Amino acid sequence: MDFGRISRRHLLQGSAALALGSTLGVRGAAAAETTVGFIYVGSRDDYGYNQAHAQGAAALKKLPGIKVVEEEKVPETDAVEKTMESMINLDGATLLFPTSFGYYNPHVLKMATKFPKLHFEHCGGLWTDKDPKNAGSYFGYIDEAQYISGIVAGYSTKSGKLGFVAAKPIPQVLRNINAFTLGAKLANPKATTQVIFTGDWSMPVKEAEATNSLIDQGVDVLTCHVDGPKTMVENAARRGAMVCGYHVNQSPLAPKAYLTGAEWNWEALYPKFVKMITSGESIPNFYRGGLKEEIVKVSPYGEMVSAEARKHADEVKAKFMAGDYTIFKGPIVDNKGKTVIAAGTDRGQQDPELEKMDYLVDGVIGATA
Amino acid sequence: MADTSIGLWTVPLAVLGGAIRVSTPFLFVSLGECITERSGRINLGLEGTLVMGAMSAYGISYLSGSPWLGVLAAGITGAVFGALHAGICSLPRVNDIAVGIALMLLGTGLAFFLGKPLIEPTAARLPAIDFGWWSDIPQLRAALRINVLFLIGVAIAPLLYWAFKTTRWGLLIRTAGESADAARAMGHSVLLIRLRATMVGGFLAGIGGSFLSLFYPGSWNEGLSSGQGITAVALVIFARWDPMLCLWASLAFGGAAALGPALQSVGITSGYHLFNAAPYILTLAIMIITCSPKRTLTGAPAELSITR
Repeated sequence: MDFGRISRRHLLQGSAALALGSTLGVRGAAAAETTVGFIYVGSRDDYGYNQAHAQGAAALKKLPGIKVVEEEKVPETDAVEKTMESMINLDGATLLFPTSFGYYNPHVLKMATKFPKLHFEHCGGLWTDKDPKNAGSYFGYIDEAQYISGIVAGYSTKSGKLGFVAAKPIPQVLRNINAFTLGAKLANPKATTQVIFTGDWSMPVKEAEATNSLIDQGVDVLTCHVDGPKTMVENAARRGAMVCGYHVNQSPLAPKAYLTGAEWNWEALYPKFVKMITSGESIPNFYRGGLKEEIVKVSPYGEMVSAEARKHADEVKAKFMAGDYTIFKGPIVDNKGKTVIAAGTDRGQQDPELEKMDYLVDGVIGATA
Repeated sequence: MADTSIGLWTVPLAVLGGAIRVSTPFLFVSLGECITERSGRINLGLEGTLVMGAMSAYGISYLSGSPWLGVLAAGITGAVFGALHAGICSLPRVNDIAVGIALMLLGTGLAFFLGKPLIEPTAARLPAIDFGWWSDIPQLRAALRINVLFLIGVAIAPLLYWAFKTTRWGLLIRTAGESADAARAMGHSVLLIRLRATMVGGFLAGIGGSFLSLFYPGSWNEGLSSGQGITAVALVIFARWDPMLCLWASLAFGGAAALGPALQSVGITSGYHLFNAAPYILTLAIMIITCSPKRTLTGAPAELSITR
């Protein structure tokens, strides 16, 4: 199997060299083309995480002189190294976006060491000084958008009960749940968020059951943090509940139930990265940002969002855009009564402490373990 | 602020609702597999058939606008897969389990490939019948919104029980499953009986898949089945090849699947991984309680490759 792969690649390289020799004169006239490779862990039209990245890739396709190659459903194993190598050797990719969290260590790091002249941009990893300089990690503070969703949800709920269908209690997810809840409490101090963990990133039947159980408990606004929010959005809308989306805009799925949502804005970020590369600048190895940096965005408000909610949400959004708003501002008490952020302490978006979050704030019904 | 919460009552209600909502694919696949295994073959490929059924039902419903045409298409796809399994297995010295595994991979792979453009569009769904009209509790009404496929599945179970017991067809299938030689001596083609039994099994499994994509959770995506087909095949052994027990086992699995989320929703949050694993723990427990080294499983068809 492996032998076949190598020999095929050599064959292709050989014939490519031959072809190059014969067309050398023509090639000189063509503009230099940059090939960008995208690797997704799932299906790229999942109405979720992967689709958000694919929308970013689609934005690159529109740029002149850029060729995009994509591969879906690449597991977080050696398979991703093989995919990267074939994108590099066969397609001539010079900039790679392996978009899933588990690709980074060791796979991306290994490839970055092996191909020191190429660029590797990874979503979600934590680049440190010890890692290769041609690798980088970027991520967005999507909790800012979740906070805005929370405000809208807090105004829209009639029962004061919000629901959150979550995959696993890891820091990123907990941060979203907490930001959503803190936002909701701005609008309605008595609001609570009931969280249900399904145990994995894509469990459609569990997600549907969780949605139904939450609605049975009187929850009337739901959001989620799973790979494909489609199941939650559709099932909640069928039961007459309202929803806030995640990853991408799901309003086409439930136009009457969709309040707003927290979306990635990769279609704004990726062209920036490509421009940096083509103009000879280097992309910062550690790249983070939120609403202000246009890495995340908020879905347009649905019809049923009240004027009061819009006004409040827009005010807070304007503060985020100006860069002077902190979500995790002490004192913050967790749902067991322990003070997790002391009064007077501000944990700004870049604070590394937040990336280690292991608590649920007061107002969240649920436990991390 | 009207409080519509019903507190701890959510849990039994969710288990009831879950038993009705989640059990249908288990029910169809296990009843289908029951027929196939009673004829003396194991078709492990039903996971692939389930996923193919879900995909083709969604696709046909989307293109034609009629979910019932989708259900029919899912059944036909399933029957084709069943015929493929039976056809390959009728060749000499072919292992039915290996063929089943191959068809499972083929079915899921093909469904993912063909289903790619179907992830985004929204297809027409199957309607539900409102059996909760008498109640003013919205939660109960929601739990009692029952799909016709579930009722058909529930009706098939006793029908099948009766058919195995008293009809000529039932006897023929059982003969092929208990002793191929006896069936041959009676002048029947064992291969033909098994072909038909596997096709009917595939037909039912395909319909089970259509329930997943057209009713609950109600859309096509690649994680839709997450192993429900293979669980249902195991459920047949668990149910001792008895259609009525398949029904109860499917209901228990459906209810158990709802337990984890329901307990979390009322605030019982510790050990949710354990509750999520409830169906599997249930299976293991019953298997351990009922197994014995001294005899083969009661009710196991003698021609099955696992008992032979």
